[in-house]
Amino acid sequence: MKCFVGIDLGSTTTKAVVLDEGGEVLGRGITNSRSNYDLAAELARTEAFVSARFRILEREVERAAGKDTLSRLLFAFRLEQMLVQLASLEARILEEAGKLEPPSRRQTARDAVLAVFGRIRCEEEARFADPNPPARSDFFRDAAGSAYARLAAEIGGREASFELLVGLYDKCIVKVENEPLDLGFRDHIGKALARSGASGAVRAAVEAASDAELSAAATVGTGYGRARLPFPKEQIRSEILCHGLGAHILFPGTRTVLDIGGQDTKAIQVDAAGIVTSFQMNDRCAAGCGRYLGYIADEMNMGLHELGPLALASRRPVRISSTCTVFAGAELRERLSLGEKREDILAGLHRAVILRALSLLARSGGIEDEFTFTGGVARNPAAVRALQGLVAENYGPRRLNISADSIYTGALGAAHFARRSAA
Amino acid sequence: MTEPEKDRSMELQKEMLAEHFRRLEAAPETGEPVVYTFVPGNLTELVRSFGALPVLPEINALQSAMRGRSQAYIAAAEKAGHSEDVCSYVKCDIGMAKAGNIGPTGTRLPKPDLLLLSYTGCYTFMKWFELLREEYDCPIVFLQIPYQGEGRQTPEQRAYVARQIRETLVPALEKVTGRPYDEERLRESLALSARAEDDLVAVLQSAKRTPSPIDAYFGAVYYVGPIFSAFRGTAEGAAYYRALREEVEERAARGEGPVTPSGRLDRQKYRLVVEGPPNWTHFRDFWRMFADEEAVVVASTYSKVGGTYDFGFRHDAADPLGTLADYCSGCYTNRNLPSRVAMLESYVKEYGADGFLIHSVKSCNSFSAGQLPMLREVERRTGVPGAFIESDLVDARYFSAANLKNRLESYFQMLEARRGAGAPA
Repeated sequence: MKCFVGIDLGSTTTKAVVLDEGGEVLGRGITNSRSNYDLAAELARTEAFVSARFRILEREVERAAGKDTLSRLLFAFRLEQMLVQLASLEARILEEAGKLEPPSRRQTARDAVLAVFGRIRCEEEARFADPNPPARSDFFRDAAGSAYARLAAEIGGREASFELLVGLYDKCIVKVENEPLDLGFRDHIGKALARSGASGAVRAAVEAASDAELSAAATVGTGYGRARLPFPKEQIRSEILCHGLGAHILFPGTRTVLDIGGQDTKAIQVDAAGIVTSFQMNDRCAAGCGRYLGYIADEMNMGLHELGPLALASRRPVRISSTCTVFAGAELRERLSLGEKREDILAGLHRAVILRALSLLARSGGIEDEFTFTGGVARNPAAVRALQGLVAENYGPRRLNISADSIYTGALGAAHFARRSAA
Repeated sequence: MTEPEKDRSMELQKEMLAEHFRRLEAAPETGEPVVYTFVPGNLTELVRSFGALPVLPEINALQSAMRGRSQAYIAAAEKAGHSEDVCSYVKCDIGMAKAGNIGPTGTRLPKPDLLLLSYTGCYTFMKWFELLREEYDCPIVFLQIPYQGEGRQTPEQRAYVARQIRETLVPALEKVTGRPYDEERLRESLALSARAEDDLVAVLQSAKRTPSPIDAYFGAVYYVGPIFSAFRGTAEGAAYYRALREEVEERAARGEGPVTPSGRLDRQKYRLVVEGPPNWTHFRDFWRMFADEEAVVVASTYSKVGGTYDFGFRHDAADPLGTLADYCSGCYTNRNLPSRVAMLESYVKEYGADGFLIHSVKSCNSFSAGQLPMLREVERRTGVPGAFIESDLVDARYFSAANLKNRLESYFQMLEARRGAGAPA
């Protein structure tokens, strides 16, 4: 089957989207953008193809064995991928532990590491057995990191302290992230089938699906790191064009797009065909971008996803105008010392982020109907609420579109450019 | 490595500048008087008719930046208490003075015998020379140049400026130089100016051709150098512009594009009009961002910052002081927003541009104030899509190369996509 690939190499995450010949989304993949951009692009692409394979399988397997079978198979597949990465991480940490000085510390450290990884593997197996496992990050670094830290605190003792164990992890995780591992569909589908106890009919369907040729007829890259992509220049599009087209594909009535990413805020106007007519971006300073909220979350010792819900509880938002990320910590502590409530401060910070975006929107030509909000910050309910309020106040009623897949908007646009280029 | 291709006119200009700075360095010995003055609407012919040598602080600042020296000068000025938000030209100049006044070519600049201040559209000029006056303790002449708020100079304003030149400036120059006012010499100089201006206009208007034989922003920065600084009204200046014109006309006849840092730009995919001064700390990198995308600038407002000739003005030897008043008042930054919009509109239309770009500069409010409404209005009148990017003149801290490149690439791709979509482009 001919397909088209879009890759969006962002400052925080790298996304890939695979389209079929008709322009329907077959698969999506995401990974954290690490120091090795080539690998991040390759991983996101592999993930998108894995999810495309499962999408193709969906119909076949459901017909053969009912709805749940495929999700069990997918879970099994994810577990196999996880185990490969854990094995690599464990091997590297053991190797590091073997270099400790004085040598007397080595054995205790190795024993502790082995115990930690034994427990992580047990937990992963238990997670697989759980029909409703708790949600967690898609990224290996986050999932493995939090389990490792928790278990290191539990298992680590006087000989192999928590600090020592975490230090070993920190030395190795980047190496594991930067080593190409076999994480593709064909690498793990066999084991996943065995683990999920699939029937003969399912196996036959999987066999047929995995033999199906899935070849990328064209690929287009975009995003901050696009110059790093090993593509010729014609296959590179700016993220402005890709976000514009992606938003148009998701919501064809879109005329204005706001994208708030890790270090960029983009205000884009598009015509009825999704072609960009005007845009503005922050040029000299990244204050008020997604990274700002990340920093605030760190300062408040909260998860990024917890900020929005807490801010929504605010009754009396504090007025904050500075969006300098470096000053944010000081601003926060000052407000707390004045007795302001955390939720009120957070509501003020979210409003400040949106005010900055509104200034860019005004510069780009205002907000037309319909208005589509994309990027990581579009997942934050307090940012969305602040945006709704300020848009209504400044421009009157506007239809505000937010897609659950908004993080893939740029990659989606890129994939559509790939499809058009091949037409 | 092969030597990068260079135009003959560039070599000629380099020699002229080197010679001028040598004369300046020797001025304390030779006794040639020195007048510091600003570029916009400057009165070079008059100054030189008294045998004085002009020094232009903005040009020193921008050349220091092109040679990678501005950051240290700015740091020195900030150390002396100037805020980060002060115009970076000012800080670069003050810093240079504090570091021994070694000019951009490596020679020492003499102290001024006179500060000649006309604040053509820039109020920072006043504060700048106030600071220099403290530094040098020398006389200052302060010409009041009315802002062209109505879009044109009234006869009363013209008479007012001419009277100040006659009654204030001329006596001050006589006193400082010890020479009497020599109107005949001034007239000869003005005639040379007009000749050079004819040639410069021919050069700038050559960009109406396809392909354009010049880059009317990055390249024009060099082309306007002599006429906006010390060489207007001089024989060397007139000779330079004749040679430049010949060079450009030859290039046009061969159907060639301009020489850029990325090589000769014969294939020109995008024709742009640019508003605003360039960045100087990364001048060649900035130019390359355009040239690599096969974008050529066909008209710019920055190349009119010293004076505007392409709508018909020429220095008039028959009316020496009146023509100086016209010149002084008519430079780009002294014009109101509607005049600037009209100028940009005519450039977009007459030069067949398919893009219009504003490079906005944090340091320079005389340029930056009102640029966004201008952008929208030019878009509305021409149907050509605009773009807006920001950095600074000589403060490298505000030049984010990756981001600018990203914006420019996005803009060019947008022009391309709109062309493909059959939109007016």
